[in-house]
Amino acid sequence: MPELADICNVFLLRDYNTRLVVICTVLLGCACGLMGGFLLLRKRSLMGDTLSHATLPGVGLSFILAVALGGDGKSLPILLVGAAITGVIGCAAVLFIREQTRIKDDAAMGIVLSVFFGAGIAILGAIQTMPEGSAAGLESFIYGKTASMVMSDFQILVFVTTCVITCSLLLFKELRLLCFDETFAAALGWPVKFLDILLLALITAVTVAGLQAVGLILIIAFLITPAAAARFWTHQLDRMLVLSALIGGASGWLGASLSAFIPRLPAGAVIVLVAALFFVVSLLIGTERGVIVRFLRQSQLKKRMGRQHLLRALYEILEGGRVTEELNIRTVPFRQIRGRRTWSDTQLRDYIRHAYNDGLVEAPNKVDSILLTKTGLAEAAQVTRNHRLWEMYLIEYADVAPSRVDRDADMVEHVLGEKMVTRLENKLRAYRSAGSLVPQSPHPIHPGD
Amino acid sequence: MEWHGIDTWIVIIGALAAGACALLGNFLVLRKMSMMGDAISHAVLPGLAIAFMVTGARASLSMFIGAAIVGVLTAVFTQWISRFGKVDEGASMGIVFTTLFALGLLLIVLGADHVDLDPSCVLYGAIELTPLDVVWRPTLFGCFLEVPRAAFVLVGVVLLNTVFIVAFFKELRISSFDAELATAMGIYSKLMHYLLMTLVAVTTVACFEVVGSIIVIAMLIVPAATAHLLTDRLWLMVVLSVLVAIGSAVLGHLSALIVPAWFGFADTSTSGMMAVIAGLIFSIVALFAPKYGVLPRLVRKTETVR
Repeated sequence: MPELADICNVFLLRDYNTRLVVICTVLLGCACGLMGGFLLLRKRSLMGDTLSHATLPGVGLSFILAVALGGDGKSLPILLVGAAITGVIGCAAVLFIREQTRIKDDAAMGIVLSVFFGAGIAILGAIQTMPEGSAAGLESFIYGKTASMVMSDFQILVFVTTCVITCSLLLFKELRLLCFDETFAAALGWPVKFLDILLLALITAVTVAGLQAVGLILIIAFLITPAAAARFWTHQLDRMLVLSALIGGASGWLGASLSAFIPRLPAGAVIVLVAALFFVVSLLIGTERGVIVRFLRQSQLKKRMGRQHLLRALYEILEGGRVTEELNIRTVPFRQIRGRRTWSDTQLRDYIRHAYNDGLVEAPNKVDSILLTKTGLAEAAQVTRNHRLWEMYLIEYADVAPSRVDRDADMVEHVLGEKMVTRLENKLRAYRSAGSLVPQSPHPIHPGD
Repeated sequence: MEWHGIDTWIVIIGALAAGACALLGNFLVLRKMSMMGDAISHAVLPGLAIAFMVTGARASLSMFIGAAIVGVLTAVFTQWISRFGKVDEGASMGIVFTTLFALGLLLIVLGADHVDLDPSCVLYGAIELTPLDVVWRPTLFGCFLEVPRAAFVLVGVVLLNTVFIVAFFKELRISSFDAELATAMGIYSKLMHYLLMTLVAVTTVACFEVVGSIIVIAMLIVPAATAHLLTDRLWLMVVLSVLVAIGSAVLGHLSALIVPAWFGFADTSTSGMMAVIAGLIFSIVALFAPKYGVLPRLVRKTETVR
């Protein structure tokens, strides 16, 4: 087991080599997280996958070219440029196939990915037979060498990360519109194509810079996982991007540190797993779209809808088809409520129990019949009123037939806010039956027995 | 160029692997899940590692089972994440396969003393070496044959996939084009989906053991997409895709021997060249296919305008 002092050393970046590795992965995590956010919203998450595979032939070709011209085949800038060029060509090919043929997005990405990668393997295979200059190490361009990064990697990553952050800050407004409504941006006269290409160029830069540092799988994961995790916490693009960059950076830091003090642990794999952990936690407890929050929200809405359906059913039964100032307040037998809607006995009993607990109904003679309490009656009147206001609005402004309006209003009435109700009231003032709190139903009410 | 008996076997094995993948690829392409092949071929790594750790041998059967289980799990997890988390399907696929691949890598590295698997071999394969693993030496028509193990495995997979497609052709067709209609007609389209995923996983493992995952991905997608541009009939698409796959295997190996010589190299990887040839065939078809090709459509468009 590593000792506490070692752990401190690693996490506080005291050791030179660890410091370099950790800082590099954190930088890369931030840059990828940021770009991944845009990719996710454009539904192009797997573009990183395609792009990173498509860089391989570029690496091989630039090596051959450099050697043929008598230069150093393994000079990093040449390889990077080669990788970027075929990466961009690969992206362009995906866009071309998608736009110009009947082949869909997914197959276009798969075609480009496999064919380019195959070409890369073929080129590397040929290079291996070259008499001059060994090609050994070119493959690590794709698989990365996380644990043995050097100063030049750091410089490249700092440069790319700065570029990415500056561009996203300067073009935030434009990129946001591009993500959410491309056609609208085009209609506004913005250079959508240029923005799209710029975004792809930034992603290519991040991918190429990261590939030779940390390898293919980590780059793909970095471009997808932090952004998807951040999406669970917020609906705001700026917050999501910041969070995504933070999650990317944090996974880089934790993963690289962990792998530093446990021997033989491959850093790239550990970082991917840490990021996946972040994702799973966010998936469960994310405050905006997390599974638990959405489940709670849904069950609450269901409960509220059940309660409102029950109250309106009771009110309409009491009304008995006539609108009077004085309702005939009486106990209503269970069977009669049961016939009002398509609900099962268990559902209905559930709703009644909840309403009983909230003091909306009571059961005075303990048999299968219930009575609305005073608060229950007030709320029932309110619910029925909202329903009818909406019905009248639909009839008046949306030309829905009175016989159909009940079903249509049924879905919306539960989410009418106070503001909306006031607006409806103002619009429908002329149609309100004077003096009565609850307007008359615009259609005959089904008796329900 | 010199042609040896071994080259014949490489072509046969390549064609078998390509055909097996292309058969299933048609349905992946039609279901818009082409990247599933990529995802599964990366994700089966932990299945292989665990199967190896449990049984302690590189026995094909346990590997198959391990990989098939993880392959199906990949499909299941992807579906869960995109349904319950409301995550884009591509993104959830990416998360699942990178995570599983990382897990597999970790298992292999941590169990390095027990696990004798080379991740890069999984990705590249070694088709050039497969004919050396000979298991059967029959004499047919006076010829002395050396049948490699890989040929047996792949013939089995091709038969399995063919039987699956023939037996469930109607179900596969309806559920590929309209999953809801299929469900309404009483076809259990979810079952078809997971059966297909299982077969993709099994095929992937069988193939990349011998030819590398890059051929698997290329042959799952490219021949089917090519055939999709040529015809609207499903059975014809399946036949055409297999032909394209076999064609790329033959031409791929030939060009692996010939093309590098033009540039002064000795030779190169057959797997890589097979993918390249498939890509070339696709490009030609995408440009010139009579009905859906780019150029014929352009011509028709200008004629209409005029």
